[in-house]
Amino acid sequence: MTQLPTHTEKKLGLVIDLDTCVGCHACVVSCKGWNTENYGAPLSDQNPYGADPSGTFLNRVHSYEVTPDEGAAMTVHFPKSCLHCEDAPCVTVCPTGASYKRVEDGIVLVNESDCIGCGLCAWACPYGAREMDQAEGVMKKCTLCVDRIYNENLPEEDREPACVRTCPAGARHFGDLGDAESDVSKLVAERGGMDLMPEQGTKPVNKYLPPRPKDEQVDILAPFLEPVAQEAKGFLGWLDKTLERIG
Amino acid sequence: MHPAPSIIFFTVFSGIGFGLLAFLGLGMPDYTGFTAFIFFLIAYVFAVGGLISSTFHLGNPQRALKAFTQWKTSWLSREGCLSVAALSVMGLYAIGVVFLDTHWKLLGLLGAALSLATVFGTSMIYTQIKTVPRWSHWTTPVLFLLYAIAGGAFVAGQTSIAAPLLLALGAFQCVTWFIGDKQFAASDSTIETATGLGHMGKVRMFEAPHSSKNYLMEEMVYVVGRKHVRTLRITGILCLSLLPYVLLVVPPFHHLISFVALLLHIAGALMTRWLFFAEAEHTVGLYYDQR
Repeated sequence: MTQLPTHTEKKLGLVIDLDTCVGCHACVVSCKGWNTENYGAPLSDQNPYGADPSGTFLNRVHSYEVTPDEGAAMTVHFPKSCLHCEDAPCVTVCPTGASYKRVEDGIVLVNESDCIGCGLCAWACPYGAREMDQAEGVMKKCTLCVDRIYNENLPEEDREPACVRTCPAGARHFGDLGDAESDVSKLVAERGGMDLMPEQGTKPVNKYLPPRPKDEQVDILAPFLEPVAQEAKGFLGWLDKTLERIG
Repeated sequence: MHPAPSIIFFTVFSGIGFGLLAFLGLGMPDYTGFTAFIFFLIAYVFAVGGLISSTFHLGNPQRALKAFTQWKTSWLSREGCLSVAALSVMGLYAIGVVFLDTHWKLLGLLGAALSLATVFGTSMIYTQIKTVPRWSHWTTPVLFLLYAIAGGAFVAGQTSIAAPLLLALGAFQCVTWFIGDKQFAASDSTIETATGLGHMGKVRMFEAPHSSKNYLMEEMVYVVGRKHVRTLRITGILCLSLLPYVLLVVPPFHHLISFVALLLHIAGALMTRWLFFAEAEHTVGLYYDQR
């Protein structure tokens, strides 16, 4: 089970557009909402109303500041979830066979009834994509909403991961990255989609689209917005002069 | 990495236990009968006690037997299988030594080899973790085997072997720290490669994804206690290697002095093993701009 397949029929995954993401965390909330009440153990929270709340999430949004050598710094919102790596180190370290990568679509899943909660897979993942549920003692991770994407009880437009479905900015895309003709593959080719930590040799399926370069001229309308009346006339002009004389 | 007490206890004691079993398998010491029984008892208490302790950090220990199934890819599974093989073979060997007054040499050799292979298996659990550059290095298995052999020789009463091994262990632990301190920088992973934003400029975290700590940070971004590293390293080496060495080689020789030396050695091993975890930096820390 924990031997990785040499080939998967599809490479389902996400393409995340760092240019478009506004950092609203809607994907985080919808992910938690869907996955806490569907496949597997619920995503528990510890001390949720206390001073130090924590809990299990399968998707989190970091925000970074990038400072170029010259020019203004830029804020980049950065959603992070399982990248469903082709060479997933989390799968091979699993001692029980609970972790596996599916041959049919490449999704990396955890069979929770086999998971002993040793945490080794979370150590093996460079990205912090796996979190141990503190209430259940089993490893939780993004399932690519495997219980939505093939679910014929849902309307067709809902058969995509909850995070993609909910993103109000359209910054998340779902599809087969193994098919060069798919929309997501074309998007990756067009925008220079990249791997995270390629030096780790994990060959992530999910790709990130880098932010587009900022326009040099900040606002093309600015020249048209200069004040048209420099000198006050009429009643306001008289008031201005009178007040200046008094003051 | 989070230094879980159960794992520190497990690696230190099972290491010494399997080291002792290796020496017993080689007929060092070659006692038989009740004296041999006491030696085997100590070895099994250390080795099995350590293994049991390792299950305390599991989320669902009731399914632990499933961990014997994935030996084809998983070092944790291999270690489990090797430990059972070593304990079984050495158990048979012990029957001959304790009850039949005979040393089945070939069986003993096999048991010794399996015992050391178990320690190697334990070390590979850490060595295979590429995300922790400090561990993912050839020094890790050498270090674990040295701990086991030195500790094993010590408990086996093989003073002439144990004394030089203690010095070698101390020296090699220092070498490992020296190399390990540079490993993360040498691994090429930075906040820029982690975010893929390096081509745009210098990256720093602007806002964390959550307001308080989570599992990832507790488990893999363990930064507490690192400020005491220097003191702990010096104390650790003194207790682990230098003080026990002096107590072993400088007269007067007495069992009580050797026992004190052994206690110091174990205390030192626990300290340095704590550092093994606490000092290890995981790549996920890059996403939090922390190591």
